[in-house]
Amino acid sequence: MNNVVNEAPKISGHRRPSSDETKPTLLGEARTLLKVNIREYGMYIALFVIIVIFSIMTDGLFMSSRNISNLLDATGYTAVLAVGMTLVIVIRHIDLSVGFAAGFMGAIAAILMTQAGIPFYVTIPIILVLGIVIGMFNGVLVASVGIPSFVSSLAAMLIFRGALLQVTEKTGTINVPSDHFNAIGNGYVPGITEVGGLKLLSLILGLVAILLYIYFEFKNRTNKQKYNFEVVSKGMFTLKLVFVSAIIAYVTWILSGYNGFSWTVIIVLGVVLIYHFLTTKTVLGRHIYAVGSNPEAAHLSGINVKKITYIVFGSMGLLSALSGILYTARLQSASTTAGTLFELDAIAAAYVGGVSAAGGVGKVTGSIIGAIVMASLTSGMNLLGVGISYQYMIRGGVLAAAVIFDVMTRRKRG
Amino acid sequence: MSNYILEMNNISKEFTGVKALTEVNFKVAKGEIHFLVGENGAGKSTLMKVLSGVYPHGTYSGDIVFDGKVQKFDKIADSVHAGIGIIYQELALFPDLSVYENIFAGNEVRRGSIIDWNQTIVQAKGMLAKVGLNVNPETLIKDLGVGKQQLVEIAKALSKNIRLLILDEPTAALNENDSENLLNLLRELKKQGITCIMISHKLKEVIAVADKATILRDGRTICTLDASKGEIKENVIIKNMVGREIEDIYPKRANKSFGDNILEVKNWSAFDTQLGRHVVKDVHLHVKKGEIVGIAGLMGSGRTELALSLFGNPKAYKLQGDMLLNGMPSTFKHTSDAINAGIAYVTEDRKGNGLFLIQDIRSNITAANLRGIASKGVINENEEVQVAQAYKDSLYVKAPSIEQLVGNLSGGNQQKVSLGKWLFVGPKLLILDEPTRGIDVGAKFEIYSIMNKLISEGMSIIMISSELGEVLGMSDRVYVMAEGRIKGELSIEEADQEKIMQYATQ
Repeated sequence: MNNVVNEAPKISGHRRPSSDETKPTLLGEARTLLKVNIREYGMYIALFVIIVIFSIMTDGLFMSSRNISNLLDATGYTAVLAVGMTLVIVIRHIDLSVGFAAGFMGAIAAILMTQAGIPFYVTIPIILVLGIVIGMFNGVLVASVGIPSFVSSLAAMLIFRGALLQVTEKTGTINVPSDHFNAIGNGYVPGITEVGGLKLLSLILGLVAILLYIYFEFKNRTNKQKYNFEVVSKGMFTLKLVFVSAIIAYVTWILSGYNGFSWTVIIVLGVVLIYHFLTTKTVLGRHIYAVGSNPEAAHLSGINVKKITYIVFGSMGLLSALSGILYTARLQSASTTAGTLFELDAIAAAYVGGVSAAGGVGKVTGSIIGAIVMASLTSGMNLLGVGISYQYMIRGGVLAAAVIFDVMTRRKRG
Repeated sequence: MSNYILEMNNISKEFTGVKALTEVNFKVAKGEIHFLVGENGAGKSTLMKVLSGVYPHGTYSGDIVFDGKVQKFDKIADSVHAGIGIIYQELALFPDLSVYENIFAGNEVRRGSIIDWNQTIVQAKGMLAKVGLNVNPETLIKDLGVGKQQLVEIAKALSKNIRLLILDEPTAALNENDSENLLNLLRELKKQGITCIMISHKLKEVIAVADKATILRDGRTICTLDASKGEIKENVIIKNMVGREIEDIYPKRANKSFGDNILEVKNWSAFDTQLGRHVVKDVHLHVKKGEIVGIAGLMGSGRTELALSLFGNPKAYKLQGDMLLNGMPSTFKHTSDAINAGIAYVTEDRKGNGLFLIQDIRSNITAANLRGIASKGVINENEEVQVAQAYKDSLYVKAPSIEQLVGNLSGGNQQKVSLGKWLFVGPKLLILDEPTRGIDVGAKFEIYSIMNKLISEGMSIIMISSELGEVLGMSDRVYVMAEGRIKGELSIEEADQEKIMQYATQ
């Protein structure tokens, strides 16, 4: 999970780190940063607390290589949905159809590979394109026809549920024979060799991630200094580098102790990196947030609100397709109930991750953390043998608490 | 003792530091039609809200004497109970309910706790007859024209046995015929002993129906004119409406020189399909390079609609007519086309549709021109910071940093950010809609100075404003709008407050 941690707390380059001008102490600076970014840090702290509690209660079983590896793999298909849902909620819409859309497209993928005999490397692009088309169609209903997204996506949800039943009606569960395809949900990056019981290639990947992270942080810092912007103090900078690198190293070490990085984790990381870049660094990303924070002002600023809506729903469709592929590959089969309630898990992950229901606010990285928080709760409670009835109630409570925290901190900042 | 049905004595009302009303005295005799006249912001609506209990007793000072008794209304229902009914410009009807349901909404005809619908319909018919509206009471409100909806509102008010009826600009959205009907109804109601207070900007109406007219200016009573003494005359009313001292806070431009027409509009009309009427009609105007053209007029006169129709038509009006930019015919499909053609529009409602309040100064300034700081769709954040910082400094935006959320800034600073956003686009024609509304004098002066500087750099400006001082102080030429039309064009030498108000109240 190197990426997640590395993009996490935005330490703003040109904000005065401390009111104490003469010689700010490291502790004082850290406190100010924490205060300013409380909303973002809050989530990381919550995740940390959850991890510590479960680790203690399970005698370390929670943080075992095997459990963490399974936890992350099982989060994959909701995590990619949460990424897409973040943008949908940011532009003040919702998409309830993503669960069964994913299930339906997973089934189509299975049918293409088994009944039509199409190889997996052709099937996957076909399904992804199909996802974009489906998403765009939702976008047209919402932006051009003017149907509230709640209703149009509810209709789409029913349609996809029916479509999924229709295509799996005769065969029931469709088993996918392609090992390559199934590896997407179950396979791991090859180890090459083991060093002290750890997978070598995964270790190398972790190391590369750390080096890349340090390189970009340094580049960013020198760039800011070149423009004479204020940066955090050298001590704080080093502390941050060491801290984040240590977390990447730790996660790498844990995963290498089991089977190494799974393809699911690699794919999710790829999606997060791309979406994080799109949302924070590009014109398209800015336009999405502008539409979310004030659609009318966005229109008057020359932004094509309809086009942005198509793109966001199109991307949601694409990620639904990817989610369907991940899920089908993980189960090595397409079932008649695939995708049930995925949409609600994705929406919950986005809200826990700090997306605002009022629109315009929310980060892709936050939603991923939200997804991990929810998955950790499930995993930890399963290990502890908590009954399923309590599990739902506790997860509901956490969702409510996250949103309450969000509302309170927002209000305080005015 | 007196024949006054209503006396409002020494009414003062303050909104967080701004005096909206200062010791206003307003007396209305039984059975008369009394007009309240004044510019936008003179305090007419505030005074009526005090009277109807929208602002409860205790939030203002002074007394209200109605029917010989001092009244202390805590809520609107109290004033209705006393016999005062108010009808706002924005009608408060339920479009998907029928006429009879609307008339008795909130005042249902009951038997016990159950609504007696048959009785409701019977009584509704009686009310409709009273206001002379001949429609089936089961018709839905949305299927009626605005004129008839207005009558339903009056029927609704009358159903509550009111004796004083207040109408806030009832004819603003009506056509000639409907207005005439409404005025006739007022005369009819007067015969039935109902007293009427009416707010209007149309002086023709005032002269035609008023028994008395009270003029407010800057939250003070100026005078009450009496028709029976022959005092209600157009020139008298206008003189009293505008007679404000204009302070000289307008920075002068040294040498004025105008170039060719940068914008020319001919026979320009915009039809609003939702309202079902023209919001802009047969407009001709032109703007020269290096010129500040003022568009004066009262609120609702079609000025903002005109600006929007020229700026890529975001409200999707049906447009007719020709627009020439630098002599070339142009049509815009989207606001982005207008921006690319060199037009910028700083909105009237900066919080509602001008700014992204939950974003910082930096993102707001670059929002309309992200391409200017991006290559291949990727934003260069360092360049963005420099741009934002430069505009923050040159426009004197007072904020600790460009990371400050725009929602936390004062009105004047928000306006400057809004201006900065549009200047970064590099426009040739800047449309400013109420550029100084709600901001303090210091910030106003800064904005005027910025305008002059932009003109000296070769820009042209259209300034829409309700503030006559600003129009006269800053413009090179003035158009006056009313009812979607340009009613007059004045060179700055011939323009004065009276002339502008005369056109604006036609």
